[in-house]
Amino acid sequence: MNVFFYIAAVVAIISTVMAISGRNAIHSLLYLILSLLAISVIFYVLSAPFIAALEVIIYAGAIMVLFIFVTMMLNIGLEREAEKKWLKPRMWIIPSILAAVLLLNLIFAVKNVQTIVPDKEAILPKQVGISLFSTYLMGVEIAAILLMAGVIGAYHLGRQKKKVKHRFLETN
Amino acid sequence: MLTVPVETQILFAGILFFLGLIGLLVRRNMIFMLMSIEIMFNSAGLVFIIAGTHWKQPDGQVMFIFILAVTAVEVSIALALILQVYHHFKTLDSDAVNNLKDQN
Repeated sequence: MNVFFYIAAVVAIISTVMAISGRNAIHSLLYLILSLLAISVIFYVLSAPFIAALEVIIYAGAIMVLFIFVTMMLNIGLEREAEKKWLKPRMWIIPSILAAVLLLNLIFAVKNVQTIVPDKEAILPKQVGISLFSTYLMGVEIAAILLMAGVIGAYHLGRQKKKVKHRFLETN
Repeated sequence: MLTVPVETQILFAGILFFLGLIGLLVRRNMIFMLMSIEIMFNSAGLVFIIAGTHWKQPDGQVMFIFILAVTAVEVSIALALILQVYHHFKTLDSDAVNNLKDQN
């Protein structure tokens, strides 16, 4: 199990460094997704399988899609020759290698699923749910209020102001 | 069973946190600054999970779920703000948005 931890940690650190040092926002976001996947492997190794699934579904799935959507809406760094540049090996070889390392991790784990004994001390989703809805019930309520405020705030901020201008008075 | 010492795990989370901090301090592009904040949030959640595993309690995972909710709200609000800034200033440079600063 230890080797999984170290491999995923190295992948996570390399891809995070690439994410914060990149020039192109989309490339950095893809590196960041790779970093989140590696951290998800670490969560799994740390016997938190439920959180590993949440990391992939919510972080890499939902939040990063928001990022990518906004970045593509703003059209940052898009050039006419962009696609030609993206197809050069230099652009995709490092993320491919890092993702292949994670994939090898997965394949190795699946092949040895008989020999790797199930973790007796894993904290299962049942325990998490019981704790979440008994001890931390007030926190759940507060998180619900926060999400509501987030929805209203994002709607308010994201709304475009309607321009009411007379066409003869328009001055540019 | 994982036998990596807990200090190494915390060190890994610390490295991720400082990478995020460096990114936040160095980059001026707002998208990159938000990404660095995400990295820092994530490493904080990682510390919660490490602690929860170390003491074999589900509380760490509960805290991570709360961090997840906070992060989702923060990202949606921040991205809406970034869109507004881009419409007003036509740039994502955070140094361009300094109208409230003393100009002297």
